[in-house]
Amino acid sequence: MAEFLQQLLNGLSLGAIYALIALGYTMVYGILRFINFAHSDVFMVGAFIGYFVGEHLPEGTVGGGLCALAAAMAGCAVLGILIERFAYRPLRGGPTLNVLITAIGVSLFLEYTGQLVLGATPRSFPQIFPARVVAVGGIIISTSQLLVIAVAAALLVALQFIVYRTKIGMAMRAVALNPKAAQLVGVNIDVVISFTFGLGSALAAAGGVLYALNYPSIDPLMGVVPGLKAFVAAVLGGVGNIPGAALGALILGMVETFVDGSRWSTYKDAIAFAILIGILLFRPAGLLGRLTAEKV
Amino acid sequence: MPKPLTALAAAVLAAFAVSHFSDRIDPYYLDVMEGVGINVILAVSLNLVNGYTGQFSLGHAGFMSIGAYLSAAITVVAGPRILGDSGGTALQQGLLFMGALVAGGLCAAVAGLAVGIPTLRLKGDYIALVTLGFGEIVRVVFQNVDSLGGALGLNGIPNYTTFFWVYGFAALTVYTVACLVRSTYGRGFIATHDDEIASESVGLSTTRYKIVAFVVGAFFAGIAGGLYGHLKMTITPTGFDFTKSIEIVVMVILGGMGNTTGVILAAILLTLLPEFLRSVEEYRMVVYSLLLIVLMLARPRGLFNFDYASILGRLRGRSRPSPN
Repeated sequence: MAEFLQQLLNGLSLGAIYALIALGYTMVYGILRFINFAHSDVFMVGAFIGYFVGEHLPEGTVGGGLCALAAAMAGCAVLGILIERFAYRPLRGGPTLNVLITAIGVSLFLEYTGQLVLGATPRSFPQIFPARVVAVGGIIISTSQLLVIAVAAALLVALQFIVYRTKIGMAMRAVALNPKAAQLVGVNIDVVISFTFGLGSALAAAGGVLYALNYPSIDPLMGVVPGLKAFVAAVLGGVGNIPGAALGALILGMVETFVDGSRWSTYKDAIAFAILIGILLFRPAGLLGRLTAEKV
Repeated sequence: MPKPLTALAAAVLAAFAVSHFSDRIDPYYLDVMEGVGINVILAVSLNLVNGYTGQFSLGHAGFMSIGAYLSAAITVVAGPRILGDSGGTALQQGLLFMGALVAGGLCAAVAGLAVGIPTLRLKGDYIALVTLGFGEIVRVVFQNVDSLGGALGLNGIPNYTTFFWVYGFAALTVYTVACLVRSTYGRGFIATHDDEIASESVGLSTTRYKIVAFVVGAFFAGIAGGLYGHLKMTITPTGFDFTKSIEIVVMVILGGMGNTTGVILAAILLTLLPEFLRSVEEYRMVVYSLLLIVLMLARPRGLFNFDYASILGRLRGRSRPSPN
């Protein structure tokens, strides 16, 4: 029982990180209908910003930790907006496949520039937040795990507020539903798309810092695998659907953690995709997605 | 235009002739040229799925790895038993290699069928994701099969791949894909690409066309995998990951989707590019990725997709004397 609860906690914190990345994928997909491959590398850049800012701050304080987190989020928001402005916007209106290839190009660019500038050897991430490990009834709870869950939950609530309670959120939903109609009623699409990229990238950066806190080794290729898994999570929940992405990420985090603890642990990386294929066969629009008939 | 079959025979003969003199070519150039040929097979076969039929498969490396592992297993495990201690004559080795390649291709095709039937009812990006997932699952499975070397990979594969085999199969791939899409039956691929709803309403089974394209593409990917394994003499599961699939997709898109000539040129260019950039080794991948972005922004319809009619028109317009 204790082991089950322990795994549940581990799964929850892994799922929370996946959720933060998956939200960026799902928001961009909802509006522009393409897989932003560079998103997983924005996640990596977030972790590195956290690393460099964290080095100059007093270790193990809440204020310092939050500072590093905020810096990473702000830096990546700017990066996301720049990527959209210079790499994706010129191709808007063209076939989505071209944007996809550009996204792959941006992704490779960030990875290899990272390797060139920062070096390919992994670095250990400083403990920027106060770290403590508590044992409750046989379960080992580390404060960084709780922190991940708390920060992810807070950001999710904030995102839900932005999307459903603010003017820019309404504009985002309008553009996702029908970009042309949104433009006709006076929504500035460019601003909305830039905002979406900024928001998604900031969430990915938070995910990056939190991931680095829990798995304290960062390198320029660290984003690839979590990024892929997070996209799977987004599709699992129904791509373009914000609560769906969070749900898919939690399921994926849980299942992966439980598989990791079983004798099938070497198949851990395959399980995410096996679940995905299984679910898409029975619910082609994902768990919470709605299937819309194509109109001629 | 020569007859397709004559062109195929000529290409195979030419490959045989060049192969005869291959020991006079610098081994480095030969290796690069054979690598180019294998990438041509991969890109042209993927072009049938992604270009002509308009689906988006990201699992081509998965099929490649199935072909590579199966054919390598045949030559490594069964080879010594069939050929005996002497190693057999060149002809016997050739026949064994041919059999291993075709077996690898067929196995990849069966895998293509098994993946294709359930998934090709999905649309667009979902196909991309499911095929990507398939490729990753194949990789993880090979990493866990200890008799095939596990994560360390399979070593000691005989060096059977020659210029002849690579370019013979490259010619066969181009021939098959070109003839298939030009045939009456093959118009269905292009119809599926152009408008799925319209083709269904005139009675074409688009799912069936997608599956046929997928299976044919998987077959040639399997062959390419076999050639690759017997060229490099060692294969690892991670050599066929998501990045390899992306590399092939990039060739197809840069070449101009559904344009076999362009895709062949793009495959050649993108295989040679890293070799040319060897002098700036550290910046190689950075330059490669930047070129990818710039090319996509500057030539969104593919690097080699020219509008021949307008170019001709402009040339004629220039040569004509002005009315004034």
